[in-house]
Amino acid sequence: MLRVEARTRLGELELDVALDVREGECLALAGPSGAGKTSVLRVASGLLRPDKGQVECGGETWLDTERGIDLPPERRRCGYVFQEYALFPHLTAWQNVAYPLRGMSRSERRKRAHELLERFGIAGLADARPRTLSGGERQRVAVARVVARRPGVLLLDEPLSALDARTRAGAARELEAVLHEVEVPALLVTHDFAEAAQLGDRVGVIDAGRVVQEGTATELAASPGSAFVADFTGAVVLTGTARGGPSGLTYVELDGGGAVMSTDRGEGPVAVSVYPWEIAIEHASEAAHGSAQNRLLAEVLSITTVGNRVRLGLAAPQPLAAEVTQASASALDLRTGTRVTATWKAAATRLVTI
Amino acid sequence: MRSAWFPVLLTVALAAALTFLTLPIVAIFVDSSPGQLIDALGERGALEALWLSLRTSAASLAIILIVGTPGAYLLATRSFRGKAVVVTLVELPLVLPPAVAGIALLAAVGPSGILGGAVEAAGIELALTTAGVVVALTFVASPFYVRQAMAAFAAVDRTLLDASRTLGVSEARSFARVMIPTAMPGLAAGTALALGRALGEFGATLMFAGSFEGITQTVPLAIYARFSTDFDAALALSAVLVAVSAAILLSVKFVQGSEALGGAAS
Repeated sequence: MLRVEARTRLGELELDVALDVREGECLALAGPSGAGKTSVLRVASGLLRPDKGQVECGGETWLDTERGIDLPPERRRCGYVFQEYALFPHLTAWQNVAYPLRGMSRSERRKRAHELLERFGIAGLADARPRTLSGGERQRVAVARVVARRPGVLLLDEPLSALDARTRAGAARELEAVLHEVEVPALLVTHDFAEAAQLGDRVGVIDAGRVVQEGTATELAASPGSAFVADFTGAVVLTGTARGGPSGLTYVELDGGGAVMSTDRGEGPVAVSVYPWEIAIEHASEAAHGSAQNRLLAEVLSITTVGNRVRLGLAAPQPLAAEVTQASASALDLRTGTRVTATWKAAATRLVTI
Repeated sequence: MRSAWFPVLLTVALAAALTFLTLPIVAIFVDSSPGQLIDALGERGALEALWLSLRTSAASLAIILIVGTPGAYLLATRSFRGKAVVVTLVELPLVLPPAVAGIALLAAVGPSGILGGAVEAAGIELALTTAGVVVALTFVASPFYVRQAMAAFAAVDRTLLDASRTLGVSEARSFARVMIPTAMPGLAAGTALALGRALGEFGATLMFAGSFEGITQTVPLAIYARFSTDFDAALALSAVLVAVSAAILLSVKFVQGSEALGGAAS
């Protein structure tokens, strides 16, 4: 269990957060830049001392400003993966991984480092310098290095943002595997809601130094508690595989079932995004009408009224959210469990290669 | 055909600069034959001056490195009130005329200087002694190293230090294991500059320590002493100093080169 509580002033920002993360759980803090995300990690790791706060991990107190406890970073067992990975440029990959190892001979350190590199599938790069490695390889070395420390908590700062779109999907899967394997609390920060949704068991949306809402990504997307969260969770993101379709359109077979068309070009694995207000709702029994090419069967999970709009959380092979007018919501007599067809235009469907 | 006047201009400018900078050095070697060089070294006092120069420069360099490295690190990584003033004071000897530096040292730690009594009481004799030479060299050469070291430390990504500490290594050990190796090319460059400055020091040494053969007469002072009486000997000694300085510069370039290629394996 990781517990972080901090109240502190950072220039313009008033940071005020209280977080709990269970063993084996990953809490993703998502928010715009300047919201104080990285500061939370720095407080947890001891690189930043808050005016008031507490940090506890696995029954140890690392910080308690009231009792005057403040362990230096080297005595907190944090596996901190920095945004640009912070590999030591003067050391090779294996020397980077061996850096936190102590109380063993050089040959033991070398052996242990090689084992870890092997586990992350980069044993062949043991003698390479960081600057000769690709982004994805650097990330693996950085993760292997913090695992070597046997951390009591994992802290991940934008772990995917330094990677190009092509590497990102693979790196995300690997990171998910590591998160499940290490069985310690993990705190991840990102500016990208989709990334938070993918890697976090829970997502906390942070804005101006405060966690404004916490829940699963689906909960947040389906029922944002504030206009900020609604905006931040933004578009619906679906993943699939694209290929050329009829009349110049792109045909995307969605992961988990269903298919959509887009006017964007794309080939291979893609992320499909559509804004919830582009999605119209019909009863499942209704025959297709209108010009929308994309139709997905779904079940209403949640109904949230935001102003004069209604936000619907929809269960489909991949979760969806739609935003309709209050008038059409009442006309359709929607309630949770209603089976509907979500429809939208190919022209409103954006594709991003992943 | 595309106009090529700009590359030509650049080349001409470089050629002019190169000629101007190297001609005097080439002239030293053209004017003194290898035989003269060896003769000059054999001359009583010349070898002694060279040995004194190397000893005093090495001693002042040791002081500069030991005190200047942590000092530069502090200035580069911490911010505090009045830091700009401190940095300016540290850099001041850079712009001080050497003669002024010598006078200033006399006024400070000379026999009748403001700290002269204290220095004497501590049993240290500085004026007109070899130790005085070291003081003069340290005073004029240290800003060259400290400035460069500050820039080198400031250029190191601070998250490397953060990473080292979160990986369980204390700040002092992180300094030795991460900061020093990463800043090494800059530190080596600073060392070369300071050493070059110390070897060539003339004015402050003359004013503060005098020019006594075997005690305070370093190579530049020995060259000056021979200048009016024996120009050939002065020329030959100059050639020796150029050779020694060039060797130092080259060895630093070599260290930097191997560093950049990753020669700092642990």
